[in-house]
Amino acid sequence: MVTIKDLPKEEYLLKGHAACAGCGPSIALRLLFKALGNKVIMVVPACCTTVIQGPYPLTCFAVPLQNMLFEATGATASGIVAALRIKGLEDITVVGWAGDGGTVDIGIQALSGAAERGTNFIYICYDNEAYGNTGLQRSGATPYGAWTTTTPKGKKERKKDMPFIMAAHRIPYVATACPSYPIDLINKLRKAREIKGTKYIHILTPCPTGWRYDTSKTIEIGRLAVQTGVWALYEIENGRFKLNPPSDRLVDKTKRKPVKEYLSMQERFRHLTDADIEKIQKWVDEDWEFYRTLTTLERCI
Amino acid sequence: MAQIVIDTANHIAGYAAKAARVKVVAAYPITPQTTVVEKIAEFVENGEMDAEYIRVESEHSAMAACIGAAAAGVRTFTATSAHGLALMHEALHWASGARLPIVMVVVNRAMGAPWSIWPDFSDSLSQRDTGWIQFYCADNQEVFDTIIQAYRLCEDERVFLPAMVCLEGFILSHTYMPVKIHDQEEIDAFLPPYKSGWTLDVNNPLTHANLVSPDWYMEFRYMIQEAMENAKRLIPEIDKEYGKRFGFQYGGLIEKYRCEDAELVICTMGTMGAEAKIAVDNLRREGLKVGVARVRVFRPFPVEEIRKLAEQTRMITTIDRHISFGMEGFLATEVKASIYHMKNKPLVAGFIAGLGGRDVTFKTIESIAKKSMKWLEKGRVEKETEWVDLKE
Repeated sequence: MVTIKDLPKEEYLLKGHAACAGCGPSIALRLLFKALGNKVIMVVPACCTTVIQGPYPLTCFAVPLQNMLFEATGATASGIVAALRIKGLEDITVVGWAGDGGTVDIGIQALSGAAERGTNFIYICYDNEAYGNTGLQRSGATPYGAWTTTTPKGKKERKKDMPFIMAAHRIPYVATACPSYPIDLINKLRKAREIKGTKYIHILTPCPTGWRYDTSKTIEIGRLAVQTGVWALYEIENGRFKLNPPSDRLVDKTKRKPVKEYLSMQERFRHLTDADIEKIQKWVDEDWEFYRTLTTLERCI
Repeated sequence: MAQIVIDTANHIAGYAAKAARVKVVAAYPITPQTTVVEKIAEFVENGEMDAEYIRVESEHSAMAACIGAAAAGVRTFTATSAHGLALMHEALHWASGARLPIVMVVVNRAMGAPWSIWPDFSDSLSQRDTGWIQFYCADNQEVFDTIIQAYRLCEDERVFLPAMVCLEGFILSHTYMPVKIHDQEEIDAFLPPYKSGWTLDVNNPLTHANLVSPDWYMEFRYMIQEAMENAKRLIPEIDKEYGKRFGFQYGGLIEKYRCEDAELVICTMGTMGAEAKIAVDNLRREGLKVGVARVRVFRPFPVEEIRKLAEQTRMITTIDRHISFGMEGFLATEVKASIYHMKNKPLVAGFIAGLGGRDVTFKTIESIAKKSMKWLEKGRVEKETEWVDLKE
């Protein structure tokens, strides 16, 4: 098992990047390269990483990176993978790195197509639950009740369950992660690299700018998302659902912290009423009953 | 060994992609383009063509996949029509901005609403400003030859831009003609292995197409304009070399027919240019001095060639299978713009014909020419844009 001490010292996300203080996605990016090294080609659509990388002629990436149209990550990766296969360079890992808007909304078609075609690449959705780059508008991944600039009174709909949409494509590997659990994330990335076909990893990446919390609290917020059960860490490998630590210990409701602890740390939820919070708690509990059932099945989908 | 095949322009486009040794094809089906990508699928599946074929889920993804593949360093091909091309629009800009030498066949089809599957140039001409080189073909042989020429042009380091090779749906796409498929070794000698200005390379990790401030953006645009000017110079050279090697040549930017002493030059594109030759022969027999200039390359636009024509004729009549609503046909606009600075300008009349696949025969063109000649006698164009055969 990998420990923090075993991680390579090399950094392929270079110093001087332009992310906000406390940026969750930039932590995940750093871990991505710790896991995969530099034999990687990245496809990055319009998203916060467009800004994080720094403007021309600068960049903070020490791997080749293709910036691409918002909705086209899956398709662009398909083209790169095909070209590498023809050139006999299949030892290079192609990574699509897109935000939640670029994944669950505008990019879902190209991603779905790439997955259905079994494109051999890792697609990562780093999810900060809003269109961060454009000033925090609502996305399909924004959770119920959250303030955004286009839902000033809170979002009225629930978050789209993207990992299960991807699992329904019968791809070999789907996983969720959070940079607050770096070893879990690294293990999942390394496992994904060894599997042939489309691998989808959905990373919840807390965003102090959008979620309205102190920039020093990113890791803590991520932990609370997992400990309250709002975000579950799991893998779906060849259809088989498995909860990963520490989520595997949270099936019993009494082990989970109340969702209120997570919600109350973020100003984007501060207008929520007790009834709202109760509703969210109920939904989380229902999700966990669903997870409990899934762990008993040979195939969850 | 060269061989003669009798086949449709769409299948011939497939033969050309194979002959060009394309390595990645990404395509989505749309009428009337379908048989292009069906033919290529056949070639790839039966092992005649060593290529990856990505059956994408939309045209936007087709172009995105071509961008990815070209960026990763291989020769790419796609084909589409009408709404498919419109859906690609955003990615077309990206391909040219990224300076990737992708070649795409556009099987011209009218845009809806209402639905039409028949040809006009409203699809490709509405992509005029995307930074793509645009060729328009008049027969199936030209389709084959232009695809090969286009790769050679696009992969020239003075160009590094993508190109559309346009052919009219059904008129060419589904019409059988004999075509010479040239010897593969000779094609290889004419078209060296894929070359692009840059490649995604783990040994040279660069970030491509990241945010550019106003301090630099204009320079990147200027470089595309320079590349277009270079293409304008290179297209006739490449066409000439191709003609020497293979015996087929198309006049470079403009194919001229009986223009030398013409008082009236019919200026048009695509198959109307071929049809107009018949009209010209007939009119000449009647004693009318008419010629045809078929604009083969619409971008870069052959401004100098048009000026040369304008110096030696009294009138240019454009026939556009296209309308820029609220103005006129693009060809009319471009011709007028090209000659604006001349002292003694010829008259210019614009005719709109053949939209949505309405037949434009040599008879139609003869009547356009005769009307133009009447205006020429009077010394003025009575109607700046005339719609041909319009029902009242």
